Amino acid sequence: MKETAYWTWFIIAGIVILVFAGLHMVVMHLSMLGVFNPEGGAVTDWGNVAFRSQNQFLAFTYIILLGAALYHGFYGLRTIVFELGPKKSFQDGFTVLLWIVGFILFGIGTYSAIAAKALETAL
Amino acid sequence: MANKQFDNHLGIAGWLGGGRWGIERYLYILHRLTGLGILSFFLLHIFASSVRMAGPESWNAAMAILKNPIFKLGEFFVFVAFAFHALNGLRLIFIELGLAVGKAEEPIFPYKSSVNTQRPLMLIVMVLCAILILAGGYNTFFGSH
Amino acid sequence: MEKGTNITVFIRRYDPEKDTAPRQQQYTLEVVRGMTVLDGLHMIKQTQDPTINFRFSCRMGVCGSCGMMINGVPGLSCNTQILDVTTTALTLAPLPNFNLIKDLVADLVPMFGVVRGLQTYIQRSDVEEMENPTMEYYQTPHQLEEFLQFTYCIKCGSCMAACPTMATDREYLGPAPLAQAYRYNIDSRDDAGDARRDLVAGSHGIFGCHYAGECSNVCPKGVDPARAIQLMKKDLVLRYFGLAKHKCAHVHKKPDKASYKPKIEAPPFTV
Repeated sequence: MKETAYWTWFIIAGIVILVFAGLHMVVMHLSMLGVFNPEGGAVTDWGNVAFRSQNQFLAFTYIILLGAALYHGFYGLRTIVFELGPKKSFQDGFTVLLWIVGFILFGIGTYSAIAAKALETAL
Repeated sequence: MANKQFDNHLGIAGWLGGGRWGIERYLYILHRLTGLGILSFFLLHIFASSVRMAGPESWNAAMAILKNPIFKLGEFFVFVAFAFHALNGLRLIFIELGLAVGKAEEPIFPYKSSVNTQRPLMLIVMVLCAILILAGGYNTFFGSH
Repeated sequence: MEKGTNITVFIRRYDPEKDTAPRQQQYTLEVVRGMTVLDGLHMIKQTQDPTINFRFSCRMGVCGSCGMMINGVPGLSCNTQILDVTTTALTLAPLPNFNLIKDLVADLVPMFGVVRGLQTYIQRSDVEEMENPTMEYYQTPHQLEEFLQFTYCIKCGSCMAACPTMATDREYLGPAPLAQAYRYNIDSRDDAGDARRDLVAGSHGIFGCHYAGECSNVCPKGVDPARAIQLMKKDLVLRYFGLAKHKCAHVHKKPDKASYKPKIEAPPFTV
């Protein structure tokens, strides 16, 4: 049941990423559509970045996207590594390592999203 | 009696197939490669975009480094990888949840399999992918930056 | 007498007593229309090189013995026409992703073991009825159609040779065993789905399939194992969310005036 659970949430995470990273791609790489880029110009100009960092909806979705992408990416990496046929002890250890690294990176990303949001409010 | 069987597994070369295989086999390879590519980029991206919490001066300094054309090209490749991985992933979600493989049917020669059933979906996905890549390419190389 | 086409045949040779690794040997063959790869191999063995080894049995595509790589694609040698594949060069190799015994003979026994290990037989919780049946199980033609396609598997191993996951992961169950597990899970007469699902959804199980689709492309019997595997994933996800129902086929009611013939005891084992 464990592998079924891992895989099912991997699929759900994929759908979450499709929606939110899809939106992120529209903002960043289809910038002629002008979504979430109120100042015009380059998408990475500070004014636009500050606007997005401060935006409630975007800050929230960035954190969800971070979690989903880390889970989805690390599950995929785990699948590829496991297909090379390592021993059971390596499999268990690698899974634990990915969980730990994943949570650390999630912590870093969430902290920076919240800090960036607070920064703008302080100004 | 010698019992030295030879290990005839293909290894990683088996992931690549080779030659006379269906297009879905190549989509599988590309999906793996784009996935690994996006993951590598993403881990760096977490740290790169975290710079914004240090304020506009640090941010602008970081962006000055990333204005280099090599990074712009890399960014385009990440966009292409994402477009492919996302659309092919959507196709795989339909397939792997049993929604695009069709029902079991008595095999009558010449055999048609689930690969034939999902072909229309595969073609739609590839066309959408091509459109997105063209749009992204236009935006990257001809858009306002 | 029809004029034949002269082709070159490359056969992968491996003698465990003499070679450390397989090597290729070249032959010429005059091919006439209708000649299968198996016919060609027999011709070479009879007229040129009696030492080549290959497995065959029924020579009509129902036993699954003669699977091999024919110009880079796995298939049965007995139902592949040489002139359909090539008019110049034919390359024969044993099925990859299995251990190689000799020349074109791959060791399929581990695959049979995996198929057996997935409990590929009808089991019901009503053990008494199973051991001493009183009546038939009721199954509609519609219920039969849900698994009939997957019963055509002849365990030839072509799908296992084509699967990219089988290439690296030696513990991966493989398309043929997974399709057979689904065939029994979806069979309405069977009740043992939970035990099989635990075996199938474990590590190196069904989630090692990422739909390259090659297994279905090369299957010589049209079994479409890729379809079986994806349908089984759907079943597993539905079960994970508690949404699946499996109605086990009931036993027909015994007619009032029916009587049973005496049970025939199975003969004792001879070995």
